[in-house]
Parts: sequence; C-alpha cells; structure tokens
Amino acid sequence: MTETVLEIDRVSKSFGDNKANDAISMTLARGEIVALLGENGAGKTTLMSILFGHYVPDEGHIHVFGAELPPGRPRAAIHAGIGMVHQHFSLASNLTVLENVMTGTETLWSWRSETGRARAKLTSLAERFGLAVDPDARLGDLSVGEQQRVEILKALYNDARILILDEPTAVLTNLEAETLFVTLKEMARQGLSLIFISHKLDEVMAAADRVVVLRGGKVVAERRAADTSKAELAELMVGHRVARPVREAHERGASVLEAAAVSVRIDGVDRLKDVSFRLHAGEVLGIIGVSGNGQAALARMVSGTLARSSGDILLYGEAIGDLSVAGAIAAGIGRVPEDRTRDGAIGEMAVWENVVLERIDEPRFSRRGFVDRKASIAFTEAIISGFDVRGGGPLTRTRLLSGGNMQKLILGRNLADRPRILIAAQPARGLDEGAVAAVHARILDARKAGTAVLLISEDLDEVIGLADRIQAIVGGRLSAPVSTDEVDARALGLMMAGAWKKEAA
Amino acid sequence: MSTVLDIVASAGLWAAVLRIATPLIFGTLGALLCERAGVLNLGIEGIMTFGAMIGWLAVYHGADLWTGLLVAALAGAVFGLLHAALTVTLGLSQHVSGLGVTLFASSLSYYLFRLIVPLAGSPPTIVPFQPIAIPGLTDLAFVGPALLTQTPPTYLALLLALVLGYVVFRTPLGLAIRMTGENPHAAEAQGVNPMAVRYGAVMVGSALMAVGGAFLTLSAFNSFFPTMVQGRGWISIALVVFASWRPGRALFGALLFAFFDAFQLRLQTAIDGVPYQVFLMTPYILSIVALCVMARRARVPQALMQPYRRGER
Repeated sequence: MTETVLEIDRVSKSFGDNKANDAISMTLARGEIVALLGENGAGKTTLMSILFGHYVPDEGHIHVFGAELPPGRPRAAIHAGIGMVHQHFSLASNLTVLENVMTGTETLWSWRSETGRARAKLTSLAERFGLAVDPDARLGDLSVGEQQRVEILKALYNDARILILDEPTAVLTNLEAETLFVTLKEMARQGLSLIFISHKLDEVMAAADRVVVLRGGKVVAERRAADTSKAELAELMVGHRVARPVREAHERGASVLEAAAVSVRIDGVDRLKDVSFRLHAGEVLGIIGVSGNGQAALARMVSGTLARSSGDILLYGEAIGDLSVAGAIAAGIGRVPEDRTRDGAIGEMAVWENVVLERIDEPRFSRRGFVDRKASIAFTEAIISGFDVRGGGPLTRTRLLSGGNMQKLILGRNLADRPRILIAAQPARGLDEGAVAAVHARILDARKAGTAVLLISEDLDEVIGLADRIQAIVGGRLSAPVSTDEVDARALGLMMAGAWKKEAA
Repeated sequence: MSTVLDIVASAGLWAAVLRIATPLIFGTLGALLCERAGVLNLGIEGIMTFGAMIGWLAVYHGADLWTGLLVAALAGAVFGLLHAALTVTLGLSQHVSGLGVTLFASSLSYYLFRLIVPLAGSPPTIVPFQPIAIPGLTDLAFVGPALLTQTPPTYLALLLALVLGYVVFRTPLGLAIRMTGENPHAAEAQGVNPMAVRYGAVMVGSALMAVGGAFLTLSAFNSFFPTMVQGRGWISIALVVFASWRPGRALFGALLFAFFDAFQLRLQTAIDGVPYQVFLMTPYILSIVALCVMARRARVPQALMQPYRRGER
C-alpha cells in the first residue's frame, strides 16, 4: 500500500448562500497524479485555496503527511510541503527568476541574501526535473511556458512534496502543454504527489492516474484514469450528456470578405505573407494552426486594428483600403478577440456599458448626446437572457464575470444585431465543456442565419466541428482551402505542420 | 567661457553642491523606499515642511541637534502611518491621500509654529550643525575644502544612499520590499505580508523625508519659515523616476540637480545683462531634459499606486 500524503476530510465552505464546497473528501498518495475535474464554478479552485491557506474552511480537516494542517495560513501550508502553481502566475516581471524564487525564503532580518546557495539549489532542481531556465533572466522576458516553469521551481524550491496546479494548461500552447505533462510525470516518478485542476478531458485522460470529479461543490465520482473514458467523465462533470452541436449541411452565399495576397509587416518582420482567402456568407472558414504563426496579425487585420503592407482586401465585392475599427463596425463585422479580458471587454466598466460601447452613437442608445440608459440596459438584458450569461446583471462590473460568461457576453454583443461577418479568434479557449457547447451552438446558429464566420483556432476538434472549409496558417502563410468533409485529423495535422508549403515551393 | 571654468574649478561650488543636495538625497531616498513597496507618497512636501518645523522647535526648546533630527524622523513616521492607513488599509487613492497629507502637514507646521513661537520682527534662531573637519583629509588641496567641510547630516545622507542601495538589492528584506512593489499577491503567496511591508516602507520613507526637511532648519539655515521647503519634495518625486528607483542613481540625480542649482547661483553674479530669473529656471529645465533622457525606459514598479486587497486579483 502506498503512503497517503494528503487527506481532505469533509471540507465545506460557503460564500453567502453559495455552498462552494460541500463536505468534500479526497486523498492523494505518494507519487500519484490526481486530476480534479469540474466545470467552472464547481468548487475546484475554492478547495485548493483552502488547502493552501487562502481561505478558512467552515468545516472539515486536512491532514498532510499525517499532521493536521492549521487552516488559513499560507506559511503553514508551504511549511507542510504544499506548493501551489496558480493559473495567473504570482510572479514579478521586473525581477529576475532567482529573485522571484527567493522572495520570502530567508528570514527578513538577515544582513545578506544567500544568493550563491540559492542559485545552486535552483540549478540543481531545474536539472533534476528538466525545467531549464536562466536564473538571471528578467522574468518579463520569458515566454509564458518558461514563466510557468519558474512557478513550479518556486514551489519545489520551498521543498514542496505536494504540488497543486490550477488549470496549468489554460495559458499554454499545445506544445508547451505536452512538455509540461512530461515534466509532471517525471516529478511523480521521483516521488512527488500532484493535483492538477482541469476541465479539459483530453489532458486529464493523458496525464492523471486518478480523476476526482466535482460538480456543484460536491465530489460526484472518483475513477482510475485507466477505467474511464472521456464520454463518461464529460457526463459526470456536467451531470447530463453533453454533445457538441453538429454542423448541418447548408448552402453558402456570396463572397463577402476576400483577401488577395495580403502581407502585414511589423517592425521589419513579416507577420502575414501573401495571405489569400475568400469568406462566403453562411459558411464557417476555419483557420487552423499552432498559435504564434500569425493568427493574431490575421485577426487584427480583418478587425481593423492592423494595417496591411501590400495586397488587396475586398469587402462585399468592392476593393477597400485598410479597414478601420469604425469601418469594420459600420460594415457589420462582429469581432470576438482572442484575449477577451484585454481586448474584448473593459473589466472595470459595467456589463451594459461594454455591450453598447461600440454602438453608442446609434440613435437607439443615445438621444441628443445623452446616453439612453434605459434602452441600453434593456438591450443588455435581452443579450444576457438570450445568450445565457450568468453571474451578473447589466450593472455588474464586467471583470466579475467568469471567463465563460464573459465570452458569452462578447459573443452576444456581436451576434445580437446579426452581423454579416463574424471574426472569432480562439472563441472557446479556456472555457468548460458546457460553455464550449453553448459558444459553438451560437456560431452555428449565426452561420445558419447567413453570417460569414472566420474562425481562427488551434483546437482541431473545434475547427472540424464548426468549419465548412479549412485553411492552415504556418509561419504567416495560409494554405489553400480544403473542404472539411474531405479531410481527416491526420491530414489536418500535416497541414498544421506545413507540409503544403513544400509542394507550393 | 573662462567664467564658467572658474566657477567649476572653485572649491566653494562643490561644497555648495553637497549642501544643496543633502535634503534632496533624504527626500529622494525616502520617496524611493515608499515607491519600491508600491506606495506613491505625495505627502513628501508637507512632511519635509513639518520635519523642518518640529526639528527646529525641539532644538529651540533646548534639545540637542541630533535629538532634533530624531524628533523630525519620528514625526515623519507618524505622517507616514497616516498615509499608510489611508492608502494601504483603506486602499484610497494614493495621489489624493498624499496631497492631503501635504496640505495637512504644511498647515499644521505653520499653525503649531505660530502657536508656540509668537510673531516677532525677525524669526528666532538656533545654533545649527557646524561643519566638521576630518583630520588629515580636510587639509587636502581642493578636495578637502570642496567635499570634506560639510555638516554631519550631509555625511549621513551620503552614507544612507549606500546603505539603502545595499538593503534594497542585497538583503532578503530588500527583496521582500521590491516584490511587494511589483506583485503583492506573489509576495503574500511566498509568506511575506505585503501590508506590513508597505506600512514599514512608508513610515521609514516618511521619516527620511522629514529628516531631509529638518536639515534645512538645523544645518542649512538656523530658523524656520513656512515656505522654506520650496518644492524640494516635488523635485524628489521626479528624481525617483530619474533614478529608475535605484538608490545609487538617486544620489547621482540629487547631486546633478544640486550642481545645476549651485552653478546658476554663481552665474547670476558672474554674468550681467541677463535677468536673474532665467538662471533660476535653468536647474528645472535641465532636470526636465535629464528626465526625458534618463527615465524613458525606466522600469516602474508594477504595483505602484495599486492598493492591495487580500484575496482579490
């Protein structure tokens, strides 16, 4: 029998009337990887925050290596050997890697930082677990994947033997995620115990030994990864069968947006090279590719925030110069940006303000230079109920919405007026299974109603599920389109790897 | 041209540079410490004024000069406590709180001064710090009279810049302060209490500001008048940016500004036909130019002016 390192015993925590954790019990063994699976709001993060001492539980006990953990004290948790890797990194971008790792590890009143010893320890940890990183690099200069390595090293540096990772892949590219799971397995092999929080079934199946499923603040099931399936886990997580919506055959209309040999050059670097595509009304054109291959430039170019360097753009059959944002709005182009908190919504403003901001000069929302608050709020309420946005009303500050609900709001804002074109960049990234299905259904509804959708995504399943035609983006170039019904996942994988480029050359 | 060279070559100029720089060094280091922990302290102008007043008052009532400095430091720390309570615990706007502290401290200085010292034709005086000679060194040609004829607080200021530089960059406490100014959530996750760090930094920083003010009444002059700080606090705030939040560069910046100031004073008397106001302006104009050149790529502490609330992102 392997040693139990962590035992959570009937832990409960309420926020007001909301019972976030309801008598949750679970265990973790030495060398084991447990996935904590659940939708957003299932109570995963609350449970881990209790474990790490950020919250004090209302009831229940936690034992770490046989000793009871005093509640509500992060220091005690660190001392007991628990390390936490947050989804939003707790790092300072202006400090070096070593400084980030060392903070708080020495007594504050010492006259000297033992940097030499710290550097040696950090380097040996990095080698032992394959987490290579330069100790003297400024953190802000590192990629997101490297920053996550620093977070993990920070926990290991504090002698963590139990590591908790909160949605560790949410910010990573697919390749970085694969590397991460190799590292996690190596850590488990060397005797560390890991809990990772996730709502992605693929990675849970790929990386975990055991899966604990949370729903509505309760443990609803526990399975060995070997004895379960994605379908079963999805059902357990959501509580009923979820099926992603199915794309039905549908006649496409005229070409509404066309790019002919468009290039975009920023600071002397070609972000897009001779990109051509033709987007038709009533179809979804999928742009698939590993992130960082020019998707951002493409999305910004067709949203009007990035000027092209050469080539032609045809909107509704007419050549236009560069699109402006105002021009894009006037032309009925809806935009769902990749980074919803940065580009999609203004967190500190109310939901209704975010909804009407780009339409504020329309007579239905302003009269004689004054905002028509009543009409704006009514319009927002219609979107909130029509798109099932939960967790707030029109007056809620937008940043208080969860990621999935914010995404539904942004989608609703763009689809409410039946746009002729919708640019959707990574629309389902970071959302849980239920929200993904909802977002996909909305996109397919829009397609049915005649909207032309440009879907930019790195999720193969998403693109296959939604798009009529697919083009791959590699190194700023677009492949020729293929019909989704005529390719399989393997062929698409080759497209994403750039196999077509050799033929073209 | 030869006038300029004569001025630069005079030992008196360099002695004046150090003297003029002293309150700026204290002020800049104090503001820098606060900002490194993430708190902008615009109370500086008022805190310097209050330090000047209370330090002088203590000595006027019989305390010795060092006790006067200590009293000023304690008073500064109390105003720091006020600023910290408003901005750290209550999370109020640091601009508004800081300006409030400045208005409050300045008015209170004058009020207390008038309450205790009755209106007189000429303001009462004390015996200020005297220059001390360093045996063997002060007698050196040029360097001696230029740099080593200062009063003790000036030497203290120079030493302090080195000490603070060491503390900020070489000790665990300094790292905790910097982390709090960059990302208080990360500091907390590593077991550092960001609230405590901010309180400490703001109180110690404010104490340094007040000592800078007290230098004016206890060393540079020998009496107090309410307008004597004359924007030195605001200059210090700018110098922190100029210094990219580094104590060593803060020292350099304060000396540079003091050099411009000492230089223009001497140019005023050496050159005829130019209104003296033009010379008065020059240190400020040159400071703005220097700020433009030096501070454009400065790395601002990321959490500067952001209140920290536990459990909130």
